[in-house]
Amino acid sequence: MAENVWILGIHMTKFGKHKDKDTLDLGAEAVFGALDDAGVTMRDVGVLGAGNLLGSPGYGQQLQKQIGQTGIPVYNVGNACATGATALRVAIMAIKAGETDMGLAVGVEKLSGAGLLTGNASRRQSARWEPSGRQGAVAPLDGRIGTETMPGVFAQIGMEYGHRYGGADFELFARISEKNHAHSTLNPKAAYQKRMSLAEIMNDVMIAYPNTRPMCSANCDGAAAAVVVSESKLRTLSLEQQRRAVKISASVLTSDPWQDACQILPDVNTLTRQAAVTAYEQAGVGPEDLNLVELHDCFATAELVHYDNLGLCEPGGAVDFFKSGAPWRDGRTPVNVSGGLESKGHPVSATGIANIWEIASHLRGEAGQRQIEGARVGLAHVIGLGNACGIHILEKAA
Amino acid sequence: MERIPLVDYLVLGDDPHLVAHECAGCGARYFDRRSACAGCSQRDFRDVEIPREGILRTFTIVSFAAEGVPVPFVAGVVDCGGTSVRANIVHVPPDPEHVTLGMKVRLTTVPVGTDEAGVEAVGYGFEPAD
Repeated sequence: MAENVWILGIHMTKFGKHKDKDTLDLGAEAVFGALDDAGVTMRDVGVLGAGNLLGSPGYGQQLQKQIGQTGIPVYNVGNACATGATALRVAIMAIKAGETDMGLAVGVEKLSGAGLLTGNASRRQSARWEPSGRQGAVAPLDGRIGTETMPGVFAQIGMEYGHRYGGADFELFARISEKNHAHSTLNPKAAYQKRMSLAEIMNDVMIAYPNTRPMCSANCDGAAAAVVVSESKLRTLSLEQQRRAVKISASVLTSDPWQDACQILPDVNTLTRQAAVTAYEQAGVGPEDLNLVELHDCFATAELVHYDNLGLCEPGGAVDFFKSGAPWRDGRTPVNVSGGLESKGHPVSATGIANIWEIASHLRGEAGQRQIEGARVGLAHVIGLGNACGIHILEKAA
Repeated sequence: MERIPLVDYLVLGDDPHLVAHECAGCGARYFDRRSACAGCSQRDFRDVEIPREGILRTFTIVSFAAEGVPVPFVAGVVDCGGTSVRANIVHVPPDPEHVTLGMKVRLTTVPVGTDEAGVEAVGYGFEPAD
Protein backbone atom coordinates (compact mmCIF):
# COMPACT_ATOMS: atom_id res chain seq x y z
CA MET A 1 0.00 0.00 0.00
CA ALA A 2 1.49 3.31 -1.10
CA GLU A 3 1.77 5.75 1.75
CA ASN A 4 -0.38 8.79 2.42
CA VAL A 5 0.65 12.17 1.05
CA TRP A 6 0.13 15.48 2.84
CA ILE A 7 0.23 19.13 1.88
CA LEU A 8 3.05 20.66 3.88
CA GLY A 9 2.96 24.14 2.42
CA ILE A 10 0.77 25.93 -0.11
CA HIS A 11 0.38 29.43 -1.49
CA MET A 12 -1.55 31.39 -4.08
CA THR A 13 -0.64 34.85 -5.29
CA LYS A 14 -3.24 37.54 -5.49
CA PHE A 15 -5.22 36.95 -8.68
CA GLY A 16 -5.69 39.96 -10.94
CA LYS A 17 -3.56 42.18 -13.13
CA HIS A 18 0.17 41.86 -12.50
CA LYS A 19 1.54 44.20 -15.14
CA ASP A 20 5.06 44.33 -13.74
CA LYS A 21 5.48 40.61 -13.18
CA ASP A 22 6.14 37.94 -15.78
CA THR A 23 5.26 34.26 -15.40
CA LEU A 24 8.61 33.58 -13.70
CA ASP A 25 8.04 36.33 -11.11
CA LEU A 26 4.57 34.98 -10.38
CA GLY A 27 5.70 31.35 -10.28
CA ALA A 28 8.62 32.21 -8.02
CA GLU A 29 6.34 34.17 -5.69
CA ALA A 30 4.00 31.18 -5.39
CA VAL A 31 6.90 28.75 -4.84
CA PHE A 32 8.58 30.94 -2.20
CA GLY A 33 5.24 31.26 -0.45
CA ALA A 34 4.70 27.50 -0.47
CA LEU A 35 8.28 26.70 0.65
CA ASP A 36 8.12 29.24 3.49
CA ASP A 37 4.70 27.94 4.50
CA ALA A 38 6.14 24.40 4.53
CA GLY A 39 9.30 25.42 6.39
CA VAL A 40 11.56 23.78 3.79
CA THR A 41 13.84 24.85 0.91
CA MET A 42 14.39 23.76 -2.69
CA ARG A 43 17.14 21.44 -1.33
CA ASP A 44 14.43 19.34 0.34
CA VAL A 45 12.35 18.96 -2.81
CA GLY A 46 12.79 15.83 -4.96
CA VAL A 47 10.46 16.44 -7.88
CA LEU A 48 8.84 19.42 -9.64
CA GLY A 49 5.55 19.37 -11.53
CA ALA A 50 5.02 22.60 -13.49
CA GLY A 51 2.19 23.98 -15.61
CA ASN A 52 2.00 27.10 -17.79
CA LEU A 53 -0.26 26.58 -20.78
CA LEU A 54 0.22 29.82 -22.67
CA GLY A 55 3.93 30.18 -22.13
CA SER A 56 6.85 28.50 -23.81
CA PRO A 57 7.51 24.78 -23.37
CA GLY A 58 9.95 24.05 -20.57
CA TYR A 59 8.48 26.49 -18.08
CA GLY A 60 9.59 24.30 -15.15
CA GLN A 61 13.26 24.51 -16.11
CA GLN A 62 13.03 28.26 -16.69
CA LEU A 63 11.54 28.63 -13.23
CA GLN A 64 14.31 26.48 -11.70
CA LYS A 65 16.83 28.98 -13.07
CA GLN A 66 15.16 31.61 -10.87
CA ILE A 67 14.47 29.59 -7.74
CA GLY A 68 17.14 26.90 -7.55
CA GLN A 69 18.66 24.45 -10.02
CA THR A 70 19.01 21.36 -7.88
CA GLY A 71 19.00 18.80 -10.67
CA ILE A 72 15.68 17.22 -9.69
CA PRO A 73 13.37 15.81 -12.37
CA VAL A 74 10.94 18.37 -13.83
CA TYR A 75 7.65 17.38 -15.41
CA ASN A 76 6.12 20.10 -17.56
CA VAL A 77 2.45 19.23 -17.85
CA GLY A 78 -0.51 20.54 -19.81
CA ASN A 79 -4.10 19.43 -19.30
CA ALA A 80 -6.12 22.51 -20.22
CA CYS A 81 -7.83 24.02 -17.14
CA ALA A 82 -6.88 20.92 -15.11
CA THR A 83 -3.16 21.63 -15.59
CA GLY A 84 -2.54 22.73 -11.98
CA ALA A 85 -4.24 19.64 -10.55
CA THR A 86 -2.24 17.51 -12.98
CA ALA A 87 1.06 19.08 -11.88
CA LEU A 88 0.12 18.42 -8.27
CA ARG A 89 -0.69 14.81 -9.08
CA VAL A 90 2.76 14.36 -10.63
CA ALA A 91 4.33 15.29 -7.30
CA ILE A 92 1.87 13.10 -5.38
CA MET A 93 2.46 10.11 -7.67
CA ALA A 94 6.24 10.45 -7.37
CA ILE A 95 5.92 10.26 -3.58
CA LYS A 96 3.49 7.34 -3.73
CA ALA A 97 5.87 5.55 -6.09
CA GLY A 98 8.62 5.95 -3.50
CA GLU A 99 10.90 8.03 -5.74
CA THR A 100 11.09 10.92 -3.30
CA ASP A 101 9.55 12.01 0.00
CA MET A 102 8.87 15.62 -0.94
CA GLY A 103 7.56 17.23 -4.10
CA LEU A 104 6.63 20.66 -5.43
CA ALA A 105 3.91 21.63 -7.89
CA VAL A 106 3.37 25.03 -9.46
CA GLY A 107 0.86 26.45 -11.92
CA VAL A 108 1.01 29.93 -13.40
CA GLU A 109 -0.73 31.94 -16.10
CA LYS A 110 -0.75 35.48 -17.44
CA LEU A 111 -4.19 36.01 -18.94
CA SER A 112 -5.17 39.61 -18.26
CA GLY A 113 -6.93 41.01 -21.28
CA ALA A 114 -6.72 37.72 -23.17
CA GLY A 115 -10.36 37.75 -24.36
CA LEU A 116 -11.80 34.57 -25.80
CA LEU A 117 -9.36 31.70 -25.43
CA THR A 118 -10.87 29.54 -28.15
CA GLY A 119 -12.84 29.99 -31.31
CA ASN A 120 -10.19 32.35 -32.63
CA ALA A 121 -9.06 30.14 -35.50
CA SER A 122 -7.97 32.07 -38.54
CA ARG A 123 -10.92 32.86 -40.79
CA ARG A 124 -8.80 33.70 -43.77
CA GLN A 125 -9.89 31.43 -46.56
CA SER A 126 -8.16 30.41 -49.73
CA ALA A 127 -9.18 31.60 -53.19
CA ARG A 128 -10.64 28.16 -54.00
CA TRP A 129 -12.73 25.95 -51.74
CA GLU A 130 -10.51 23.12 -50.61
CA PRO A 131 -11.72 20.45 -48.19
CA SER A 132 -9.40 19.95 -45.24
CA GLY A 133 -9.37 18.32 -41.83
CA ARG A 134 -11.26 15.31 -40.57
CA GLN A 135 -14.63 16.71 -41.66
CA GLY A 136 -13.51 17.84 -45.09
CA ALA A 137 -14.40 21.44 -44.24
CA VAL A 138 -13.97 24.08 -46.95
CA ALA A 139 -14.25 27.01 -44.50
CA PRO A 140 -13.87 27.61 -40.74
CA LEU A 141 -16.76 25.97 -38.88
CA ASP A 142 -16.89 28.21 -35.79
CA GLY A 143 -20.11 30.18 -36.12
CA ARG A 144 -21.24 28.12 -39.14
CA ILE A 145 -21.73 24.78 -37.43
CA GLY A 146 -22.20 25.64 -33.78
CA THR A 147 -19.74 27.52 -31.63
CA GLU A 148 -16.22 26.85 -30.46
CA THR A 149 -16.21 29.59 -27.81
CA MET A 150 -16.05 28.40 -24.21
CA PRO A 151 -18.93 30.61 -23.00
CA GLY A 152 -21.08 29.10 -25.77
CA VAL A 153 -20.01 25.51 -25.13
CA PHE A 154 -20.64 25.74 -21.39
CA ALA A 155 -23.91 27.60 -21.95
CA GLN A 156 -25.11 24.55 -23.88
CA ILE A 157 -23.91 22.23 -21.12
CA GLY A 158 -26.06 24.09 -18.57
CA MET A 159 -29.03 24.40 -20.91
CA GLU A 160 -28.90 20.68 -21.63
CA TYR A 161 -29.27 20.00 -17.90
CA GLY A 162 -32.27 22.33 -17.96
CA HIS A 163 -33.75 20.44 -20.89
CA ARG A 164 -33.36 17.13 -19.06
CA TYR A 165 -34.62 18.13 -15.62
CA GLY A 166 -36.35 21.50 -16.01
CA GLY A 167 -36.17 24.56 -13.80
CA ALA A 168 -32.88 25.93 -15.07
CA ASP A 169 -33.47 29.28 -16.70
CA PHE A 170 -31.51 32.49 -17.25
CA GLU A 171 -32.45 33.83 -13.83
CA LEU A 172 -31.38 30.68 -12.01
CA PHE A 173 -27.96 30.71 -13.66
CA ALA A 174 -27.61 34.41 -12.86
CA ARG A 175 -28.45 33.69 -9.20
CA ILE A 176 -25.57 31.21 -9.05
CA SER A 177 -23.30 33.99 -10.26
CA GLU A 178 -24.82 36.36 -7.69
CA LYS A 179 -23.79 33.90 -4.95
CA ASN A 180 -20.20 33.66 -6.13
CA HIS A 181 -19.79 37.40 -6.52
CA ALA A 182 -21.22 37.84 -3.01
CA HIS A 183 -18.73 35.30 -1.65
CA SER A 184 -15.82 37.09 -3.36
CA THR A 185 -16.28 40.21 -1.23
CA LEU A 186 -14.64 38.31 1.66
CA ASN A 187 -11.64 37.13 -0.40
CA PRO A 188 -8.84 39.69 -0.63
CA LYS A 189 -7.02 37.52 -3.20
CA ALA A 190 -9.94 37.51 -5.65
CA ALA A 191 -9.48 39.45 -8.90
CA TYR A 192 -12.93 41.01 -8.41
CA GLN A 193 -14.44 41.59 -4.97
CA LYS A 194 -17.60 43.37 -6.01
CA ARG A 195 -21.04 42.31 -4.89
CA MET A 196 -23.40 42.34 -7.87
CA SER A 197 -27.18 42.36 -7.79
CA LEU A 198 -29.21 39.89 -9.80
CA ALA A 199 -30.36 42.72 -12.07
CA GLU A 200 -26.79 43.92 -12.64
CA ILE A 201 -25.73 40.42 -13.60
CA MET A 202 -28.68 39.80 -15.93
CA ASN A 203 -28.39 43.20 -17.59
CA ASP A 204 -24.63 43.05 -18.15
CA VAL A 205 -23.17 42.34 -21.60
CA MET A 206 -24.51 39.07 -23.02
CA ILE A 207 -21.66 36.81 -24.12
CA ALA A 208 -23.43 33.54 -24.92
CA TYR A 209 -26.99 33.19 -23.64
CA PRO A 210 -27.58 32.55 -20.82
CA ASN A 211 -24.05 33.58 -19.76
CA THR A 212 -23.55 37.32 -19.37
CA ARG A 213 -20.06 38.70 -18.72
CA PRO A 214 -20.08 38.40 -14.89
CA MET A 215 -21.25 34.79 -15.30
CA CYS A 216 -18.00 33.95 -17.14
CA SER A 217 -14.69 33.16 -15.48
CA ALA A 218 -12.43 36.16 -15.29
CA ASN A 219 -9.19 36.11 -17.29
CA CYS A 220 -6.43 37.30 -14.99
CA ASP A 221 -2.83 36.69 -13.90
CA GLY A 222 -1.88 34.46 -11.02
CA ALA A 223 0.05 31.51 -9.70
CA ALA A 224 -0.24 28.87 -7.02
CA ALA A 225 2.18 26.29 -5.67
CA ALA A 226 2.15 23.44 -3.17
CA VAL A 227 4.75 21.39 -1.33
CA VAL A 228 3.64 17.81 -0.68
CA VAL A 229 5.29 15.31 1.61
CA SER A 230 5.07 11.63 2.46
CA GLU A 231 3.44 10.71 5.75
CA SER A 232 6.60 9.06 7.08
CA LYS A 233 8.69 12.14 6.29
CA LEU A 234 6.04 14.38 7.84
CA ARG A 235 6.32 12.44 11.11
CA THR A 236 10.00 13.46 11.33
CA LEU A 237 9.16 17.17 11.06
CA SER A 238 8.21 19.64 13.82
CA LEU A 239 4.92 19.37 15.66
CA GLU A 240 3.92 22.75 14.22
CA GLN A 241 4.51 21.49 10.66
CA GLN A 242 2.51 18.36 11.47
CA ARG A 243 -0.32 20.38 12.99
CA ARG A 244 -0.71 22.59 9.93
CA ALA A 245 -0.25 19.80 7.38
CA VAL A 246 -3.37 18.89 5.40
CA LYS A 247 -4.07 15.30 4.45
CA ILE A 248 -4.72 14.50 0.79
CA SER A 249 -7.37 11.83 1.31
CA ALA A 250 -8.07 11.45 -2.40
CA SER A 251 -6.32 12.52 -5.58
CA VAL A 252 -8.00 11.53 -8.82
CA LEU A 253 -7.62 12.42 -12.49
CA THR A 254 -9.98 11.14 -15.19
CA SER A 255 -10.56 11.60 -18.92
CA ASP A 256 -13.79 11.01 -20.86
CA PRO A 257 -15.12 7.51 -21.03
CA TRP A 258 -16.89 7.38 -24.40
CA GLN A 259 -20.54 8.39 -24.26
CA ASP A 260 -22.96 8.88 -27.11
CA ALA A 261 -22.72 12.49 -28.40
CA CYS A 262 -19.61 13.32 -26.34
CA GLN A 263 -17.84 14.32 -29.56
CA ILE A 264 -20.72 16.62 -30.53
CA LEU A 265 -20.87 18.60 -27.27
CA PRO A 266 -18.17 18.06 -24.63
CA ASP A 267 -19.49 15.85 -21.84
CA VAL A 268 -18.14 17.31 -18.59
CA ASN A 269 -20.52 15.16 -16.57
CA THR A 270 -19.45 11.55 -17.00
CA LEU A 271 -15.79 12.02 -16.16
CA THR A 272 -16.62 14.24 -13.18
CA ARG A 273 -19.04 11.64 -11.84
CA GLN A 274 -16.45 8.93 -12.27
CA ALA A 275 -13.76 11.03 -10.57
CA ALA A 276 -16.12 11.87 -7.70
CA VAL A 277 -17.10 8.26 -7.06
CA THR A 278 -13.44 7.21 -7.06
CA ALA A 279 -12.44 10.11 -4.82
CA TYR A 280 -15.16 9.42 -2.22
CA GLU A 281 -14.12 5.77 -2.22
CA GLN A 282 -10.42 6.62 -1.79
CA ALA A 283 -11.13 9.07 1.01
CA GLY A 284 -13.76 6.98 2.74
CA VAL A 285 -16.07 9.98 2.94
CA GLY A 286 -19.31 10.91 1.20
CA PRO A 287 -20.63 14.18 -0.16
CA GLU A 288 -22.59 14.66 3.08
CA ASP A 289 -19.27 14.86 4.96
CA LEU A 290 -17.98 17.84 2.98
CA ASN A 291 -17.74 21.12 4.87
CA LEU A 292 -16.90 23.06 1.72
CA VAL A 293 -16.42 22.54 -2.02
CA GLU A 294 -14.48 24.51 -4.61
CA LEU A 295 -15.84 23.40 -7.98
CA HIS A 296 -15.03 24.47 -11.52
CA ASP A 297 -17.47 27.31 -12.18
CA CYS A 298 -15.75 28.44 -15.37
CA PHE A 299 -19.26 29.66 -16.22
CA ALA A 300 -22.39 29.94 -14.08
CA THR A 301 -23.99 27.30 -16.31
CA ALA A 302 -21.21 24.86 -15.37
CA GLU A 303 -21.61 25.22 -11.61
CA LEU A 304 -25.17 23.88 -11.75
CA VAL A 305 -24.30 20.58 -13.42
CA HIS A 306 -21.43 19.90 -11.04
CA TYR A 307 -23.70 20.04 -7.95
CA ASP A 308 -25.20 16.92 -9.47
CA ASN A 309 -21.96 15.41 -10.83
CA LEU A 310 -20.25 15.66 -7.45
CA GLY A 311 -23.24 14.06 -5.72
CA LEU A 312 -23.98 17.15 -3.64
CA CYS A 313 -27.66 16.63 -4.46
CA GLU A 314 -29.98 13.86 -5.62
CA PRO A 315 -29.64 12.99 -9.33
CA GLY A 316 -31.52 15.68 -11.26
CA GLY A 317 -31.83 17.81 -8.13
CA ALA A 318 -29.28 20.56 -8.79
CA VAL A 319 -31.89 23.30 -9.23
CA ASP A 320 -33.60 22.43 -5.93
CA PHE A 321 -30.21 22.13 -4.25
CA PHE A 322 -29.32 25.66 -5.29
CA LYS A 323 -32.75 27.07 -4.44
CA SER A 324 -32.52 25.56 -0.94
CA GLY A 325 -29.59 27.88 -0.24
CA ALA A 326 -27.26 24.91 0.36
CA PRO A 327 -24.28 26.21 -1.67
CA TRP A 328 -24.20 29.66 -0.03
CA ARG A 329 -21.48 30.07 2.59
CA ASP A 330 -24.00 29.72 5.42
CA GLY A 331 -25.69 26.76 3.73
CA ARG A 332 -25.39 23.01 4.18
CA THR A 333 -22.60 22.53 1.59
CA PRO A 334 -20.86 25.85 0.89
CA VAL A 335 -19.68 25.96 -2.72
CA ASN A 336 -17.04 28.38 -4.00
CA VAL A 337 -16.69 30.51 -0.89
CA SER A 338 -13.56 31.91 -2.60
CA GLY A 339 -15.84 33.62 -5.10
CA GLY A 340 -15.22 30.94 -7.70
CA LEU A 341 -13.64 31.45 -11.09
CA GLU A 342 -16.33 34.02 -11.97
CA SER A 343 -14.90 36.51 -9.46
CA LYS A 344 -11.72 35.09 -7.97
CA GLY A 345 -10.47 34.66 -11.52
CA HIS A 346 -9.19 31.81 -13.65
CA PRO A 347 -5.48 31.96 -14.54
CA VAL A 348 -5.84 28.56 -16.15
CA SER A 349 -2.80 26.58 -14.93
CA ALA A 350 -2.93 28.12 -11.44
CA THR A 351 -6.57 27.22 -10.85
CA GLY A 352 -6.11 23.54 -9.99
CA ILE A 353 -3.73 24.40 -7.13
CA ALA A 354 -5.39 27.65 -6.06
CA ASN A 355 -8.64 25.82 -5.29
CA ILE A 356 -6.68 23.45 -3.07
CA TRP A 357 -5.09 26.42 -1.30
CA GLU A 358 -8.59 27.70 -0.60
CA ILE A 359 -9.72 24.41 0.95
CA ALA A 360 -6.46 24.02 2.91
CA SER A 361 -6.81 27.53 4.35
CA HIS A 362 -10.21 26.65 5.80
CA LEU A 363 -9.06 23.28 7.15
CA ARG A 364 -6.18 25.04 8.90
CA GLY A 365 -8.55 27.65 10.29
CA GLU A 366 -6.58 30.36 8.49
CA ALA A 367 -9.17 31.66 6.02
CA GLY A 368 -9.72 34.92 7.88
CA GLN A 369 -13.08 36.61 7.50
CA ARG A 370 -14.39 33.99 5.09
CA GLN A 371 -13.48 31.04 7.33
CA ILE A 372 -16.01 28.21 7.30
CA GLU A 373 -16.04 27.44 11.00
CA GLY A 374 -15.02 23.97 12.04
CA ALA A 375 -14.19 22.83 8.50
CA ARG A 376 -12.62 19.36 8.57
CA VAL A 377 -13.18 17.97 5.05
CA GLY A 378 -13.23 19.74 1.69
CA LEU A 379 -13.25 18.90 -2.01
CA ALA A 380 -11.55 20.70 -4.90
CA HIS A 381 -12.64 20.03 -8.49
CA VAL A 382 -11.37 21.20 -11.87
CA ILE A 383 -12.30 20.46 -15.47
CA GLY A 384 -9.99 20.93 -18.40
CA LEU A 385 -11.94 20.87 -21.61
CA GLY A 386 -10.97 18.02 -23.86
CA ASN A 387 -11.58 16.62 -21.16
CA ALA A 388 -9.63 16.14 -17.96
CA CYS A 389 -11.14 16.17 -14.48
CA GLY A 390 -9.13 16.50 -11.29
CA ILE A 391 -10.64 15.96 -7.85
CA HIS A 392 -8.82 16.23 -4.52
CA ILE A 393 -10.39 15.58 -1.13
CA LEU A 394 -8.53 17.17 1.75
CA GLU A 395 -8.80 16.57 5.48
CA LYS A 396 -7.66 18.49 8.51
CA ALA A 397 -4.85 16.92 10.53
CA ALA A 398 -6.33 14.86 13.39
CA MET B 1 -23.56 26.70 -60.67
CA GLU B 2 -21.16 24.15 -59.27
CA ARG B 3 -21.64 23.54 -55.54
CA ILE B 4 -19.51 22.03 -52.79
CA PRO B 5 -20.65 21.07 -49.28
CA LEU B 6 -19.17 22.98 -46.31
CA VAL B 7 -18.35 19.61 -44.73
CA ASP B 8 -18.04 16.18 -46.30
CA TYR B 9 -20.87 14.69 -44.21
CA LEU B 10 -23.40 16.99 -45.86
CA VAL B 11 -24.84 15.52 -49.06
CA LEU B 12 -26.26 18.14 -51.43
CA GLY B 13 -28.66 17.53 -54.32
CA ASP B 14 -32.43 17.49 -54.50
CA ASP B 15 -32.78 16.04 -51.05
CA PRO B 16 -29.96 17.40 -48.86
CA HIS B 17 -29.12 15.26 -45.85
CA LEU B 18 -26.35 14.34 -43.42
CA VAL B 19 -24.43 11.09 -43.45
CA ALA B 20 -22.69 9.59 -40.42
CA HIS B 21 -20.06 6.89 -40.12
CA GLU B 22 -21.62 4.15 -38.01
CA CYS B 23 -19.44 1.69 -36.13
CA ALA B 24 -20.01 -1.86 -37.39
CA GLY B 25 -19.34 -3.13 -33.89
CA CYS B 26 -21.47 -1.04 -31.51
CA GLY B 27 -23.45 1.32 -33.75
CA ALA B 28 -21.84 4.53 -32.46
CA ARG B 29 -22.11 7.36 -34.98
CA TYR B 30 -19.52 9.95 -35.96
CA PHE B 31 -19.27 12.80 -38.43
CA ASP B 32 -15.50 12.94 -38.83
CA ARG B 33 -12.94 10.74 -40.59
CA ARG B 34 -12.31 7.88 -38.18
CA SER B 35 -9.33 5.87 -37.11
CA ALA B 36 -11.46 3.59 -34.95
CA CYS B 37 -14.56 3.70 -32.79
CA ALA B 38 -14.00 5.61 -29.54
CA GLY B 39 -16.58 3.42 -27.84
CA CYS B 40 -15.41 -0.08 -28.76
CA SER B 41 -12.19 0.43 -30.78
CA GLN B 42 -13.57 -1.47 -33.81
CA ARG B 43 -12.21 -0.16 -37.10
CA ASP B 44 -15.07 -0.96 -39.50
CA PHE B 45 -17.72 1.62 -40.34
CA ARG B 46 -20.67 1.94 -42.69
CA ASP B 47 -22.31 5.16 -43.82
CA VAL B 48 -25.85 5.86 -42.62
CA GLU B 49 -28.28 8.62 -43.52
CA ILE B 50 -29.39 10.83 -40.61
CA PRO B 51 -33.09 11.77 -40.25
CA ARG B 52 -33.75 15.35 -41.37
CA GLU B 53 -36.02 16.20 -38.48
CA GLY B 54 -35.13 16.42 -34.85
CA ILE B 55 -35.56 18.00 -31.44
CA LEU B 56 -33.43 20.86 -30.13
CA ARG B 57 -31.68 19.34 -27.12
CA THR B 58 -29.67 22.38 -26.08
CA PHE B 59 -28.64 25.75 -27.45
CA THR B 60 -26.89 29.01 -26.78
CA ILE B 61 -27.20 32.39 -28.43
CA VAL B 62 -23.68 33.57 -29.18
CA SER B 63 -23.34 37.35 -28.95
CA PHE B 64 -19.58 37.51 -28.66
CA ALA B 65 -17.31 35.57 -30.99
CA ALA B 66 -14.02 35.82 -32.84
CA GLU B 67 -13.56 38.62 -35.34
CA GLY B 68 -15.31 37.83 -38.60
CA VAL B 69 -17.97 35.58 -37.08
CA PRO B 70 -21.35 37.29 -37.56
CA VAL B 71 -23.29 37.56 -34.28
CA PRO B 72 -25.73 36.94 -32.80
CA PHE B 73 -26.35 33.38 -33.92
CA VAL B 74 -27.92 30.33 -32.34
CA ALA B 75 -25.70 27.27 -31.83
CA GLY B 76 -27.12 24.03 -30.57
CA VAL B 77 -27.35 20.28 -30.57
CA VAL B 78 -30.21 18.58 -32.41
CA ASP B 79 -31.33 15.07 -31.57
CA CYS B 80 -32.17 13.53 -34.95
CA GLY B 81 -33.87 10.26 -34.11
CA GLY B 82 -31.22 9.36 -31.55
CA THR B 83 -28.19 10.82 -33.34
CA SER B 84 -26.90 14.10 -31.97
CA VAL B 85 -25.91 16.74 -34.53
CA ARG B 86 -24.07 19.99 -33.92
CA ALA B 87 -25.62 22.84 -35.85
CA ASN B 88 -26.74 26.42 -36.01
CA ILE B 89 -30.46 27.08 -35.66
CA VAL B 90 -31.44 29.32 -38.56
CA HIS B 91 -34.42 31.16 -40.06
CA VAL B 92 -35.58 32.20 -36.60
CA PRO B 93 -34.98 35.37 -34.55
CA PRO B 94 -31.99 34.68 -32.27
CA ASP B 95 -33.73 35.17 -28.94
CA PRO B 96 -35.01 32.87 -26.16
CA GLU B 97 -38.62 33.68 -27.02
CA HIS B 98 -38.29 32.10 -30.45
CA VAL B 99 -35.70 29.41 -29.73
CA THR B 100 -36.76 26.96 -27.04
CA LEU B 101 -35.52 23.69 -25.64
CA GLY B 102 -37.32 20.72 -27.12
CA MET B 103 -38.56 22.57 -30.20
CA LYS B 104 -38.97 20.59 -33.43
CA VAL B 105 -36.52 21.51 -36.15
CA ARG B 106 -35.64 20.29 -39.65
CA LEU B 107 -32.53 20.32 -41.78
CA THR B 108 -32.04 23.10 -44.29
CA THR B 109 -29.12 24.38 -46.33
CA VAL B 110 -27.47 27.77 -46.01
CA PRO B 111 -25.16 29.55 -48.47
CA VAL B 112 -21.54 30.01 -47.35
CA GLY B 113 -20.10 31.90 -50.30
CA THR B 114 -18.60 31.58 -53.76
CA ASP B 115 -14.90 31.14 -54.53
CA GLU B 116 -13.04 32.75 -57.43
CA ALA B 117 -13.74 29.76 -59.67
CA GLY B 118 -17.46 30.40 -59.21
CA VAL B 119 -18.03 27.38 -56.97
CA GLU B 120 -20.65 27.93 -54.30
CA ALA B 121 -20.06 26.41 -50.85
CA VAL B 122 -23.22 25.30 -49.06
CA GLY B 123 -23.60 24.60 -45.37
CA TYR B 124 -26.46 23.35 -43.26
CA GLY B 125 -28.55 24.45 -40.33
CA PHE B 126 -31.83 23.51 -38.70
CA GLU B 127 -34.97 25.64 -38.88
CA PRO B 128 -38.20 25.49 -36.87
CA ALA B 129 -40.41 22.68 -38.19
CA ASP B 130 -43.75 23.85 -36.80
